[in-house]
Amino acid sequence: MKRVYVHDEWCLGCHLCEYNCAFANSGLSDMVKALKNQKIVPRIHVEESGKIHYAVSCRHCEDPVCIKGCISGALTKGADGVVTIDHDKCVGCLSCMLLCPYGSITTDENETVLKCELCTKNGGTPACVEGCPNKAIVFEEAEA
Amino acid sequence: MKYVIIGNGPAAVSCIDGIRSVDTDGSITVISKEAHPAYFRPLISYYLEGKSKADNIFCRDKDFYQKNRVETVLGEAVAIDKDSRIVALSSGENISYDRLCICTGSSPFVPPMKGLDTVEKRFTFLTIDDSFAIEQAITPDSRVLIIGAGLIGLKCAEGLRDRVGQVTVCDLAPRVLSSILDDECAAIVQKHLEDCGIRFSLANTADSFDGGTAHMKDGSTIDFDVLVLALGVRPNISFFKDAGGECGRAIVVDNAMKTSLENIYAAGDCVEQYDISFGDRRIMALLPNANIGGRIAGVNMAGGELLFDNAVPMNSIGFWGLHMMTAGTYSADGGARMIEEKGENTVKRFFVKDNRLIGFMIIGDVRSAGIYTNLVRSQTDLSELDFDSLIKSPNLLPFSENYRRKKLRGVV
Amino acid sequence: MPINYILPEFEVERNDYRCIRCRVCERQCANGVHRYEPDGDVMLSDETKCVDCQRCVCLCPTHALKIKKNEAALRTNANWKQNTILEIYKQANTGGVLLSSMGNPDPFPVYWDKILINASQVTNPSIDPLREPMETRVFLGKKPHEIERKANGEINTELPPQIELELPVMFSAMSYGSISYNAHKSLATAAEALGICYNTGEGGLHEDFYRYGKNTIVQVASGRFGVYKDYLEAGAAIEIKMGQGAKPGIGGHLPGTKVGADVSKTRMIPEGSDAISPAPHHDIYSIEDLRQLVFSLKEATEYKKPVIVKVAAVHNIAAIASGIARSGADIIAIDGFRGGTGAAPTRIRDNVGIPIELALAAVDKRLRDEGIRQNVSLVVGGSVRSASDVVKAIALGADACYIATSALLALGCHLCRTCQSGKCNWGIATQDPELVKRLNPETGKERLVNLLTAWKHEIKEMMGLMGINSIEALRGNRLMLRGVGLNEKELEILGISHAGE
Repeated sequence: MKRVYVHDEWCLGCHLCEYNCAFANSGLSDMVKALKNQKIVPRIHVEESGKIHYAVSCRHCEDPVCIKGCISGALTKGADGVVTIDHDKCVGCLSCMLLCPYGSITTDENETVLKCELCTKNGGTPACVEGCPNKAIVFEEAEA
Repeated sequence: MKYVIIGNGPAAVSCIDGIRSVDTDGSITVISKEAHPAYFRPLISYYLEGKSKADNIFCRDKDFYQKNRVETVLGEAVAIDKDSRIVALSSGENISYDRLCICTGSSPFVPPMKGLDTVEKRFTFLTIDDSFAIEQAITPDSRVLIIGAGLIGLKCAEGLRDRVGQVTVCDLAPRVLSSILDDECAAIVQKHLEDCGIRFSLANTADSFDGGTAHMKDGSTIDFDVLVLALGVRPNISFFKDAGGECGRAIVVDNAMKTSLENIYAAGDCVEQYDISFGDRRIMALLPNANIGGRIAGVNMAGGELLFDNAVPMNSIGFWGLHMMTAGTYSADGGARMIEEKGENTVKRFFVKDNRLIGFMIIGDVRSAGIYTNLVRSQTDLSELDFDSLIKSPNLLPFSENYRRKKLRGVV
Repeated sequence: MPINYILPEFEVERNDYRCIRCRVCERQCANGVHRYEPDGDVMLSDETKCVDCQRCVCLCPTHALKIKKNEAALRTNANWKQNTILEIYKQANTGGVLLSSMGNPDPFPVYWDKILINASQVTNPSIDPLREPMETRVFLGKKPHEIERKANGEINTELPPQIELELPVMFSAMSYGSISYNAHKSLATAAEALGICYNTGEGGLHEDFYRYGKNTIVQVASGRFGVYKDYLEAGAAIEIKMGQGAKPGIGGHLPGTKVGADVSKTRMIPEGSDAISPAPHHDIYSIEDLRQLVFSLKEATEYKKPVIVKVAAVHNIAAIASGIARSGADIIAIDGFRGGTGAAPTRIRDNVGIPIELALAAVDKRLRDEGIRQNVSLVVGGSVRSASDVVKAIALGADACYIATSALLALGCHLCRTCQSGKCNWGIATQDPELVKRLNPETGKERLVNLLTAWKHEIKEMMGLMGINSIEALRGNRLMLRGVGLNEKELEILGISHAGE
């Protein structure tokens, strides 16, 4: 399956992926409208220290441990391999957060659990990839 | 091949998944005490709270049993004949098996209490039917008394708060969640719950009941309309024990989820197995372990070879915005070194032994805690990373570039 | 603090409604123009630091930014232009030579823009390049005056070494040091993909890039940085750099601060030491001396590599080229006065040298008049900006063109002309690892390949409309060109008629 992969040597730490993610998942058609005066809660986040920068988002693991821990059946891995969350089922217990080895699951101020779903619900290529100015984030079949 | 599974919870359906991933032909029979498809048991409090709908609590899609050609039998297993490979049901029916998996979970433990039978509306809290029954019994003005300030009691309190007039929780222990938290952390949780409207009567419990009145140990009385008994659970293992199977406090299984009896496997809340963080067997009655163990049991029953060799307890709970997470062995009893990290509204405690993180407990800011859990499960040598900075802020920076690149650029 | 006489050249205009405080501008500006102030949640700008590189404008996700010329102006004066006055202030501040980079920005005539191309109508058919074969491949090097054949018809003449190019364009010399590792990698990989050559400049060849040798021209300049046997043997050709269009007659100076471990290793000089290229080659004071170096290099490489001699276009260029053509060189590269540089004294960049169009026409004519045009191929550079510039250069007599500024633009350069600061926000003219990584060579390569693929299409279209199906047939075909708005002398030098003639 195609996944988001991150190449830290090209990551500039510009954080655009975070904003593009928040915008793509806002359901709004204008970035200013969507993000102006908002504390954004992106599903991808940049970790950095000194000259190291890289983005982290859901790895869509082959055998996702978050799903093993989900107490409500909200997290599932589809036939396409994408791990998605059903907000109607999620009760916000955060077991997924306890289990994800990459810190890729987050919550917004309403405690809604958010994770990267590869923009499958936004139609098309992940927004973080589309908007990365230096191809540090790519969407491709794994080499391995 | 004829597979029989006793019980129908998450471990059982994961076991079906496991079997079918290897053997698409064999017959599978599930024996269940409950007349529901497998559902996620922790949701029973969320059902009361209104966060989960009754038709949305099931572990699998509606057609799961049909699709996997699983025969379901409503009934209770009462005995196993290990030599002729037969499970006897209370109905008198016998079901034969080639491979058996026991996923019977546990039942509420209710000690003998004086006058308990004088209480009209009394419940335990372990099944969705308990939720339905409690729901029928309460009114917006009900005063609810919950005996037991453990996980089940407190989740029940959370589920009921907005639907009743008053919720009081009592426990003989001097603090809430006494099996998980120490005094300091328990005080944080208790304070939060009190702020949220729950009343407590701790170091105190009901000696006897008289209709709608509980006579407490300290001499006081608590009047109530509805009583919930949440004093703990006991694994459902008697029929296995009777058949000569090895048990501690629960059914003993090895890493392959095999019991001491040939062709019999077990998974879920009714087993005890080796906890790598603890260095010994124990019960880890938590959903992730049921899911993982059930699947592994299924695969192995069908001839596959999988091991559950990184089992540790892992638990995440929250009450109205206050979250706490634990994993592994979070006690300094076994000679582990405790490292405490406190932040605003957050307490983190890490337990390190032999330069490995064997467990942790976090209250408050639980973001990215899975990075810690992973260290516990993988028994990573802490010299491979900058643990000091990791405990302050969980992210991948303290790991080696190699590790990071492997995780972020490869299929994991 | 003394009075700062220097007006900010640019103005940062932020549409505050659109700004979402993502702070990308702040993170991406190496000059420190933008700053977020949490107190009041505002973005602030220090415009005195802005060089108008447009990095922030291009990365702002809500298009909230504009960099504009600062409207605050000194009183208009046709003689004392604002920039002239500011330069005086700068020199009065520092007492130093003014430095600038890239090409001469002043409004000198651009002859390419005053030359028009012919097209076939009625009496001679044009060619549709989509239907008919169209040859853009060229070979650079000395050509034999006549071909001898054996009895069986096979060619008996031994052809001197040649550079083979899929189209008559190469990336001209830019050293590793003046531009980044990733810029070099972009050029090298693009040259390989395009079947052309790039040029090391005088900074030596990084060990990682030896694998692109057959698409590399290795340069030998007055500082002889990084020159040794393997280096000479690595490339498709060797270029002796006598001069550069942006700064004819002077040497170069890469400050020690830019000589990091990698540059030091590649240039074969101590880390942190200034890399000074002398103004002349200290062993070359005559064509005879040049001939010695040409043959030394040929000898070192067993006569397998063509040798290029690169000179700046200066007043006596025709005579100089004639001398070079007799020195044993296989190719002459001429760099016009609008050519770029990573750093040059402003006065020299803006006032020395002559336009490449005139130099090319004069050299081609001189060599033909002297019957030695076959001795050498001619490569011209110094602001070749488009496929039509290439076509015009070929028709004026060039064998191929060198492009560098165009290539850097493709890599993201916005011609802010502050390469000398080393803080290139586009990751091109810098050695700062944090900035270097901004140019992903994969993207760089793709953009260069796109650019020249587009040019190749355009060159074919233009050749087709002239009814010409190969570069060979276009070369020196000045009948295909007409001038507009040029005086008699200019037309005479260019060797073309005026439009309407």
